[in-house]
Amino acid sequence: MAIATPAAPSVEIPTIPLRELLPWLLMFALLAVLTIFFVSADQGAISIPAGTAIHEWVHDGRHLLGYPCH
Amino acid sequence: MTARTFLIHGLIAGLLAGFAAFLVAYQIGEPPVEAAIALEEAGAPADAHTHESPEAGHSHDDEGGTEVSRQNQSTWGLLTGTVAIGTALGGLVALAAAGVVGRIGRLRPSQSTALVALIGFVAVALVPFLKYPASPPATGNPDTIGDRTSYYFAFLAISLLVAIAATVLGTRLLPGLGGYRTVLVAVGSYLVVLVLAAELMPAVKELGEFPAQTLWEFRRASLLTIATMWATIGVVLVGLVGRAHEKVAVENARRELAASL
Ligand SMILES: [Zn+2]
Repeated sequence: MAIATPAAPSVEIPTIPLRELLPWLLMFALLAVLTIFFVSADQGAISIPAGTAIHEWVHDGRHLLGYPCH
Repeated sequence: MTARTFLIHGLIAGLLAGFAAFLVAYQIGEPPVEAAIALEEAGAPADAHTHESPEAGHSHDDEGGTEVSRQNQSTWGLLTGTVAIGTALGGLVALAAAGVVGRIGRLRPSQSTALVALIGFVAVALVPFLKYPASPPATGNPDTIGDRTSYYFAFLAISLLVAIAATVLGTRLLPGLGGYRTVLVAVGSYLVVLVLAAELMPAVKELGEFPAQTLWEFRRASLLTIATMWATIGVVLVGLVGRAHEKVAVENARRELAASL
């Protein structure tokens, strides 16, 4: 994913330097993956924390958003 | 425009997408879910499952413990799920859009953002759905949830990585090949790799005797829910990015004019 090539910079459309984008991406990707994990897989394949409360609460969303469940 | 602007726009788009997806899921997704749970509780499906909680929604293991009512699962629980996923995806799509802005040929920010949302929908939602489609309650074997989850996310990861690679390849080929041929090569190579991966990855065959009508209604509703989410993210984000870019353009034009005087 490291697209370090400056390429031919089109004059009118400014790009966002990847250096500037990376911290945002790292921070938010971590948050997003965690969120997706709790809705899509927690207390199914992996359980953190143990129990079924989270699983049951988001259960219908898990099925309807296409994630594997029961 | 900065990465921060993109992220904020993405979060707004994702939040709205979560609510939109909830409406669709609640309206057309819940009836087949209820039907499947009714079957499960009647013990109808051929394969024996270890679900023995007639009143609660369901609990996979017999540990007992929490019981969230069906009423809560189908309303607040469902809303939690769609809004959480919507916001997460909205932010990720926006940051991806921030990464490609100005880097795909001469596409304007709103155009490259639309392209990212489209690629995202196909690679993250549609193609994984074709290989491992959503399944209603009472169709999966609890013992295979680990395998099924790994297959699903492995296939999703392959699809996403190949889509990113194909897009990068496309941006390299574009100056030499032109738009039409670049799209053919990029889409073609994505499809070849994904068809191969789908052939090689294990199939999940756990539907048993589950009623076809309910299955069709559930899967159609699921796909519509997912499509609503991505479409809302795309449409709202493209609108916001387009507006922000125009503002910047107007500002720049004014500054240039002022400088030239
Ligand atoms: Zn389930």
